[in-house]
Amino acid sequence: MVDVVVFVLAGAAILCSAAGVVVAGNPVHSALSLVATLFGVAVLFVAQDAHFLAAVQIIVYAGAIVVLFLFVIMLLGVDKVESLETDPIAGQRPAAAVVGVVLLGASLLTLMLTGRDNHSPGIATGVHSVTGPLPDSPSGNLRTLARSLFTDYLYAFEITSILLVIAVVGAVVLARRTRKDEEVPQ
Amino acid sequence: MSAAPSLLAAIRVTEIWYLGLGAMLFTIGAVGVLVRRNPLVMFMCIELMLNAVNLTFVTFARSLDDVGGQVVVFFVLVVAAAEVVVGLGILVALLRRRPGATADDVAELKG
Repeated sequence: MVDVVVFVLAGAAILCSAAGVVVAGNPVHSALSLVATLFGVAVLFVAQDAHFLAAVQIIVYAGAIVVLFLFVIMLLGVDKVESLETDPIAGQRPAAAVVGVVLLGASLLTLMLTGRDNHSPGIATGVHSVTGPLPDSPSGNLRTLARSLFTDYLYAFEITSILLVIAVVGAVVLARRTRKDEEVPQ
Repeated sequence: MSAAPSLLAAIRVTEIWYLGLGAMLFTIGAVGVLVRRNPLVMFMCIELMLNAVNLTFVTFARSLDDVGGQVVVFFVLVVAAAEVVVGLGILVALLRRRPGATADDVAELKG
């Protein structure tokens, strides 16, 4: 009962605000709609016992990434309202609508073909894990996640740290204003 | 009156619901990338698609009792952060050179 209500409310919030990201003319409104979408997804993470990921979702996405978007919007002053009335490329929107319908239809069809019983491997599901059920308590779930991250996925974890360093260096290099650029009248 | 609560209580949220929601969210993001021309909004739509995939991964992690799905979501978050940092750096370079640039103007950056 409660899970149905939570799912319906969070799902409606996700879909409405995701549509808001796409149709909002002002980029600031898009960014705020994105925050609402991310919160809805975090709620569904909690509903599925992924408490750590819900927290990381809020901190990293809503706290860091969207703020970065807003910084760029404010810094560059690109918060002009974009006119969405006209179709800049003829036939772009009908083509996008066709792609969307095909994409949604294909993925929903794949889901329909999957067996309802999640213990029988269907088309869209994998094989049931052999390690037994995930612990129900948040702390147990977090412990399982951490143990997996620092044993099975240790190399991937270390490589992501290198990736982050590369991204930071790349961002600094890209955003740096060289002396030659400053001589060019803006 | 008494039929409605019992009917509601009989409905159970299965993983199909979550997967369907993820598919819809992914479609909205994909259509947004195709329709919008502001590079910032296109980036936000890519984030929508990443979130749809994250939701799907968490759903499978629960329904298949495999914590690997949650680990993948963790990595997706990290890679998304790195991608946004580099992508916004490129956008700043582009928009500084030509304010009000759209996705068509990315060729401006050609050496």
